[in-house]
Amino acid sequence: MTAPTVASGPHTHAVFNVTRTMFAVMICLTPATVFGFAQFGLPSVLLFVVTVLSALVFEIACLAVTGKPVKRFAMDGSALLTGWLLAMTLPPWAPWWVGVTGSGIAIVIAKHAFGGLGQNLFNPAMVARAMLLVAVPVPLTSWVAPVGLTGGPDLMASVAITFGGAPIYDAVSSASVLSTLKSGLDAGTPMLDILHQSDSIRSQFVGVMAGSLGETSAMLLLLGGVCLILLRIITLAIPLSMMGTLFGLAALAHVIAPDRFPPPLFHVVSGSAMLCAFFIATDYVTSPVTSKGRVIYGAGIGALIFVIRSWGSFPEGVAFAVLLMNAATPLIDEYVRPRIFGRTRAGKPLELGEKP
Amino acid sequence: MFTAAASMSALGLGLGLLLGTAARRFHVEIPPIVDEISECLPGTNCGQCGFAGCTSAAEAIADGSAPVTLCPPGGRDVALQLAEITGTDADLSTEGEEAIPLIAFIFEDHCTGCTKCFKRCPTDAIIGAAKQIHTVVSDACIGCDACVEVCPTEAIVLREKSKTLRSWYWDRPDSAGTPVLQGDAQ
Amino acid sequence: MNLSSIAAFLNPVNLFSIRGGIHPETRKFLTADCPIEEMPLPKLLRIPLQQHIGAEAAALVKRGDRVLKGQLIGKARGPVSANIHSPTSGTVVAVGEFAAPHPSGLPVPTVTIRTDGLDEWGPRLPRLRPEMASPEEIAAQVAEAGIVGMGGATFPSAIKLNLRDRYPLTTLIINAAECEPYLTCDDRLIREHAEEVADGAAIIAKALGVEEIIFAIESNKPQAAAAITPFNHPLGMRLQVKVVPTQYPMGSEKHLVQMVTGKETPARTLTAELGVVVHNAATAYAVHLAVRYGEPLISRHMTVSGRAISRPANLRVRIGTPVLDIINHCGGLTEDPERLLLGGPMMGQPIATQRVPIVKGTNGILALSASEARKEEMLPCIRCGTCVQACPCGLTPFEMNARIQSGDLDGAARVGLMDCVNCGCCSYVCPSNIPLVQGFAFARGKLAEKQSRKHQQEETKRLAAARTAREEAIAAKKRAAMAKRKAEMAAKKAAEAAAAQEATK
Repeated sequence: MTAPTVASGPHTHAVFNVTRTMFAVMICLTPATVFGFAQFGLPSVLLFVVTVLSALVFEIACLAVTGKPVKRFAMDGSALLTGWLLAMTLPPWAPWWVGVTGSGIAIVIAKHAFGGLGQNLFNPAMVARAMLLVAVPVPLTSWVAPVGLTGGPDLMASVAITFGGAPIYDAVSSASVLSTLKSGLDAGTPMLDILHQSDSIRSQFVGVMAGSLGETSAMLLLLGGVCLILLRIITLAIPLSMMGTLFGLAALAHVIAPDRFPPPLFHVVSGSAMLCAFFIATDYVTSPVTSKGRVIYGAGIGALIFVIRSWGSFPEGVAFAVLLMNAATPLIDEYVRPRIFGRTRAGKPLELGEKP
Repeated sequence: MFTAAASMSALGLGLGLLLGTAARRFHVEIPPIVDEISECLPGTNCGQCGFAGCTSAAEAIADGSAPVTLCPPGGRDVALQLAEITGTDADLSTEGEEAIPLIAFIFEDHCTGCTKCFKRCPTDAIIGAAKQIHTVVSDACIGCDACVEVCPTEAIVLREKSKTLRSWYWDRPDSAGTPVLQGDAQ
Repeated sequence: MNLSSIAAFLNPVNLFSIRGGIHPETRKFLTADCPIEEMPLPKLLRIPLQQHIGAEAAALVKRGDRVLKGQLIGKARGPVSANIHSPTSGTVVAVGEFAAPHPSGLPVPTVTIRTDGLDEWGPRLPRLRPEMASPEEIAAQVAEAGIVGMGGATFPSAIKLNLRDRYPLTTLIINAAECEPYLTCDDRLIREHAEEVADGAAIIAKALGVEEIIFAIESNKPQAAAAITPFNHPLGMRLQVKVVPTQYPMGSEKHLVQMVTGKETPARTLTAELGVVVHNAATAYAVHLAVRYGEPLISRHMTVSGRAISRPANLRVRIGTPVLDIINHCGGLTEDPERLLLGGPMMGQPIATQRVPIVKGTNGILALSASEARKEEMLPCIRCGTCVQACPCGLTPFEMNARIQSGDLDGAARVGLMDCVNCGCCSYVCPSNIPLVQGFAFARGKLAEKQSRKHQQEETKRLAAARTAREEAIAAKKRAAMAKRKAEMAAKKAAEAAAAQEATK
C-alpha cells in the first residue's frame, strides 16, 4: 500500500482553479462572440482565430524562453483568454497583422516582460488595444455595418479581407456609434440629430450595429456577466460601481446640458462599456483584492470613461481608463485593507465594548 | 600651454592642501563599536572563535580582522546583528539557515564524575558533583565544545538538538511544487 | 459551487453571518444517520502522556504493572497539564517512546497496555452532586478526571473553569457548530445523549458561576437542535438553543461568540473578556460523566469517514486505540487513501502510519480518496483576492505568503500573521492551489524558534555573567584568605621573634 500524503491542511479544495476559472469566463464570453460572428461574417471568424492562436504561440514561445514549464502554464487558459478578449475589442474586418501584433504586445510586452502569469501590472488585452489604437489608428477605426453570416463575403473574399489587405468596400463601411457622436459633436450637429442618425438605444442593447467584433451586444455581454456573478467568479463590486459611476455622471451631465451630452443609457450600452464592466475591469491580476478597493477602482474606471468620451480626443476611452486604474491598483491595495478581526482599522486591538 | 598647466597644477595643489587640512582639522573620532559588539556576543568566553575571549573577539570584529560569522554558539542571529553593527554583509553561506543547534550529551556509562567538564562549562549547563554522573541541562547548553575537550574518558559528544512536538513545525512549502515533509514521517 | 452552497446562499438564516468563510461540501450524509456504536476493546492500547496543550504528564506505572480501568497512570505536571487514566484493565507492557498521532510522527512518552478483556473498574472518583457542589469542587473534579477541550484544541478544561476568578462571566456557549465537513460525532452525541449533554453544560455553567447557557448548533443539524430543546432547564438554569448559519469556520471560538452575542473579541485576548466562555458539546458530556459518575476521560466519540473507508461510522472509542484497529473495525480501506487524517478535512492533522493511537482530542479519522482531496498542481499567485474575500479574520493571505516566500517573516507578522486562526479557508479557495496554510505554519514556527533562540541567548549571557561573578567572588575570597594567613604568619613570626629575643635575654 502506498503511504498517504503527509501535507498540511486543508485536505480538500474548492472546485475552481485558475484553469477552470479561465474556461468558465470563456464560456460566458461565447454568446457575445458568436453573435459577433453571425453579425460580421467570416472575416471576423478569421481574425478571431488568428488572434487567439497567435496569443497561444507567443505564450508558448515566452514560456520556453523564460524556462518555465511550458505544458503546465500554456494550458492554464490565461493566454487563450487574453487573445480572446483582445479579438473581441478589434474591428471585425481588421487585417490579420493587427491581431498578431496585438497578441504579441499583450503576451510578450504586457505579460511576460513583467514576469508572466500574475505579475503583470496592466491588463494585457487593454495594453495591446491601446498601443494598436495609437500606433495604427486607421485599421483600428475602420468599422463595418452588420452584414450577417450568410450576407457577408464568402470564404475567398474573407481570406482576401483578413489576409490580403483587400479594401473594405464602401457599401459595408460604417461608423461606430461613439465615433458618429464624436464627429457629430465636433461638427456642431445638435444632439437630437446625432441620436437620430445613430442606432437607437434598443438596437445598441441588442447589438445590431457597427462596432468591435464582440462588443456590440450589450445584452449578451450582460448575460455572460450575470453568469460570472452567479458562478461567483466575479463579484458585483466592479461592474456595479463602474456602471453606476458612468451612468451617474452621464445623467448629471445630460441634465445640465442635454444638447452636448448624450443620455446616460447611451453611455452604458455603447462601445466597450459592458464588456469592460464584466470581463475586462474584473481581471483578477490587475484589479484590487478587497471589495472596497474594487468599488473605488470601478468608480475610477467609470469616471475616466465618461471624461475621455466627453472631452478626450478619442471617441472611446475604455482601454485608457482601465490602464490608468490598473496603475492605481497597487496603491489602492496598500491603503484599502480589510479590518483584521479583533482589531481597529489602524491595527490596534479593539478596546472592550468598542464597536469596530 | 605652460600657463594652463601651471594654473591647473596650482589649483590642484591648493585644493588638495585645503582638503588635507580640513580632514585633519575637522577629524571626527569614529565611535568605538567594540562595546556594542561585545554586547551582542554571548559573553561566555568559550573560545570557539579562536580568540581568548569574547572581548578580544569583539575587538577583532571591530577592526575588521575577523568575520562577523565567527561565533558558533551565537549562530545566524548574532551574525546578522553583528553585520548590522559593522555595516558589512554577513556571508551566511557557510552558516546556512537550517543550521541545527548542537548540544552536549554525556554517556553515563563512561562518565567517572571527575567534574572537569563541570568546571569548564561557561553557562553552568552541566550539573552533578564529584564522583557522581553528570548530566546536561539542554536549555542552557550552547554547544561550545569546551567540555568535550577536557573529558578524560571521552564520555561527552555533541549531538543535534532533537525536535520535539513543541518545537516541530511544517517545512516551508516548496515554491515550485508540492509541500515536502520535514524529517522522517515514520 | 454546488447544490449545497446554493442552498446555503438562499437560506435566510445565512443572511447574517461571519465575515468571509466558505461553504465546503459537508459530506456529513456519509455518517449522519449512523448511530454511535461501541468499538470493541483492542488488544493493545497506546496512551501518549502528552494528549493536551501544556506539559506532559508524569508516568505513574512501570512495565509489568497491572492497571484497572480508570486508574491514574499519568499525573499532571505543572500548572497547564492533564491527568491520564487507564482506559481499561490490563497489563503495562511498555513505558517508553512511541510515534505521536501528529504529522511529524515524532516519538512521545507513551504507556502501552495489553488489555485483558475484563474491563474491570478500579476505584472511581467520588461522585459529586452538582446541585450541592461548589464551583471549586467541580473544577477540581474536572481536573482530576483529566478532561481537556474535546473539539480538538485539547486545552485542559479545568483551567477554563477557573476563569471566574479573573473575569466577570455572564454566558456559557456550548459549541456544537461542528463546522468541519464529514464530522458528525457531536451531532450524534447530542441526538442520542441530549439530556446528559445539557446536564454537563449546566455543571460547567455552575462551575463558571453563570446563569445563561447558549447552545450553538449549525442550521444543517435540525435534529440535534430539536433533541436538545426539551432540556432547557438543566439544574434550574436557562438553556437556549441558537441555530447559527452553516458556514465554515463557524466553530472557531471567537467567530462563534461574535455570531451568538454580536460582540467581537479584541485581538490577543480571551473571549472571557466579554464575559463569555465557550466549551465543546463533547466536553460537556465528559464533564457530566466525571461529576455525576466519577468516570475519568477514558473514551470519546468520533467519526470514521471518507470515501476510502468501507463502512463509515460513528464510534465510541477508548483513548489509545490504534487507528489501524478502528479502520479494521469499519471494514478496512476500499482503496489507498490520498490523505489519512485525524480530525476534519479543513484543520485535521495528516498521519503517515496507521499504527498511531487516537487521543483525547481526536474527533475523527478520515481516509480521503484522491477525488475528495482534489490535490492539484500549484500555479503562481494571480492576486485574484479570493483568499482575502474568504478570510474570516480580515487578513490578506496572498500578501503574507508573498512575504514569507521572499524570506520576510517579520513583514508577514506585521500584516497579521499572528491573527491567523489556521482555518484554511484561503488554501481551500485558492485557484492556484497555493499551500498558504503550510506557509503560515512554517513562518510561525520559524518565528517562535527565533524568539526562543533569542531568549536562550539572553539566558546564556545571564548564566555566563553569574559564573564570572561567582568565580571572581571565589578568587577574591581566596585572596582575602591568603592575605589574612600572610598577616597571621607575619604576626606569628614577629611574636616568635619577640619570644626568642626574650629568651636570649
